[in-house]
Amino acid sequence: MKCDFCDSKASVFLTQLVDGQMKKVSLCETCAKERGVTDPTGFSLADLLLGGITGELGGLTGGQVPASSSVGGNKTCPACGFTLEDLRRVRRFGCAECYTMFREEISPMLRGMHKGASHVGKVPEGLMALQFKHQRLQDLRSRLEHAVASENYEEAAGIRDEIHTLALP
Amino acid sequence: MMRFSTLIKNPADWMTGGAAAHGAVLTSRIRLARNLRRQPFPGWAKREQRALALELMRPSIEALSVMKDAFSQELSELSSVQKQVLVERHLVSREHAARGEGSAVVIERRQSFSFMLNEEDHLRMQAIRPGLQLATAYEALTALDTELEATLEFAFDPSLGYLTTCPTNLGTGLRASVMLHLPGLVLSDQIGQVLQAVGKIGLAVRGLYGEGTESLGHLYQISNQSTLGESEETIIRRLERVIGQVAQHEQNAREKLVEDDPEMVADKIGRAYGVLRHAHIIDSKEALNHLSLLRLGGSLGFFAADTILLCDSLLMDIQPAHLQLHALRKLSPEERDSIRAQIVRSRLQSLQSSDTSTPSLGHPPSATAPANPPDEL
Repeated sequence: MKCDFCDSKASVFLTQLVDGQMKKVSLCETCAKERGVTDPTGFSLADLLLGGITGELGGLTGGQVPASSSVGGNKTCPACGFTLEDLRRVRRFGCAECYTMFREEISPMLRGMHKGASHVGKVPEGLMALQFKHQRLQDLRSRLEHAVASENYEEAAGIRDEIHTLALP
Repeated sequence: MMRFSTLIKNPADWMTGGAAAHGAVLTSRIRLARNLRRQPFPGWAKREQRALALELMRPSIEALSVMKDAFSQELSELSSVQKQVLVERHLVSREHAARGEGSAVVIERRQSFSFMLNEEDHLRMQAIRPGLQLATAYEALTALDTELEATLEFAFDPSLGYLTTCPTNLGTGLRASVMLHLPGLVLSDQIGQVLQAVGKIGLAVRGLYGEGTESLGHLYQISNQSTLGESEETIIRRLERVIGQVAQHEQNAREKLVEDDPEMVADKIGRAYGVLRHAHIIDSKEALNHLSLLRLGGSLGFFAADTILLCDSLLMDIQPAHLQLHALRKLSPEERDSIRAQIVRSRLQSLQSSDTSTPSLGHPPSATAPANPPDEL
C-alpha cells in the first residue's frame, strides 16, 4: 500500500473514529514521523490530520483573507513576531500572547475541537492567591481610611500592621 | 543523581502493578501541558530562549520532593538507543526523543512521574499508574503542578485556561489515557462496535504506539480529545466510566468465548504458548500477538496468574531498543528477531515450571507441551 502523502511504501496505518466515522490513513515512515502520527503518547497531530482544523484555518486565510492583501492580512504577534501565516503553516502558536493577538481567528477553530469555548477547571493557585490578596488589601485599605477618619488610631495601627505583613512577598 | 542504567534496570512501578493491573486495563496515564508565561513556546523560541526556559524550569522540577534522586538529563546527553528505550517505556514521547540540545527529561526514580522539558510545550508532565487509576494519577500530578506554581508562572487565560502551543490542548491541558488489553472483544468480533461507540462520545482510540485499530497485541489506548470547556474531574469521570464499561464488555466476551467454545480458546492459547516457547526467530508483531493470547490464558486460569505480569514485562523487553540495551550493542532486525525469541523462550521456561499444578479449564495448554523441550540458549 502507498503512503497517502507521497509515493513511498506505507508502513504506518492509522485508524481513528472521528464523529463516529471510521477514517483510515496510510503513511510511510517519514511522513508519519513528520506529522507526529507515531507519537506513542498519542497527543499528536493525528487529530489535525484527520479532519481537524486544517479546513477551517485554510478557509480562513485562503478564503476570507485574500492572499494578496498584505494590510491586515498577515497579523503579527507583538510579543514574539509570530504571524497569521505562520499559524496557518504550523497550526501551532508562538507564545502565550499570540492567543490575545489571534483570538478572533482561533474562536471558530475551537468550536470543532473542544466541548466548550471557555475554560472550566483548574486555575493556577498563585493567580487565585494573587486575586485574593489584591481584594484583601483593598478591603484593609478602605478600613484603614475609615479608622483614621474616625480617629480610631489603635485600630488603624493594627490594620496597618496587617497590610504590612500581607504586602510582603 | 540517578544514572540511566539504574533507572532502567528495574521495571517501572506501573509495570508490576499487582492486582490492579490483572484485568483488561493495563495502565492509566495523565498528562498536563504547561507553558511559561513570558517565554516563547519551544517550537518558536530561538536557541537561547529555549535554553533560558530550560534553565528557569529545571531547578524547580528537580526540587520537587518526589524528584529526590531523580533521573534528570538533557536529551543531547542521551544516545539514540537510550532515548528509544524511554519511548518504549512511555516515559518520553517519540517527538521529544527526536529533540536534542535545549530539551530535557526528569523522571522520578520509580518511573511513575516523567516531566518533559521543552517538548512541544515548555512542560509536559505525566503520571502513570497500573490499572484503572486515572483519578489517583491526576490527584498526584495536579499536586505537583500546584507545587510548581509557587516558583513558575504558567501561561493562563481566564477564558481559554492554560495556554498551549497547539490549540488542541487548551484549557485544562489534560490528556487522560488508558491502555487496554481487549483480546476477548477481538476474538468475538465485537471490537469494531465497541470502539465505534467509544469514538461517538468524542474519545480517541489508538493502538499501542499509535499504530491503528488493527492493533498489535490486542492493545488499545483510549483518551479524551477535548480539553476545553469541561473540568478535569468531568473529563476523568467520563473516561473512567467508559473504560469501566469497556472492561466489563471485555470480561463478558471472555466468559462467553470460554462457555461457547472452550476447545477453540484453549487451542489458540496453547498454540500461542507453543510458538513463544519454541520459536527461534520471532518478529515483534508475532511476539506481541502471541503474548496477548498467553496473557489471556493467564487471566482465564489456563496459566498461573503471574503469567500476566510476565507478559506485561515481556511486552516492554522485546521492543527493539530494549533488546539493544540488553545486548549492549546495535542489532540488525534479524539479530533482534533471534534475541527476542531467545529472551521469550527463557522467560517462559520459569512459567512452565511454576504452573504444573495450575487448575485449568480441562485443557491445560502447558500439559501438551513437551516436559523438557531442548532449549539450547
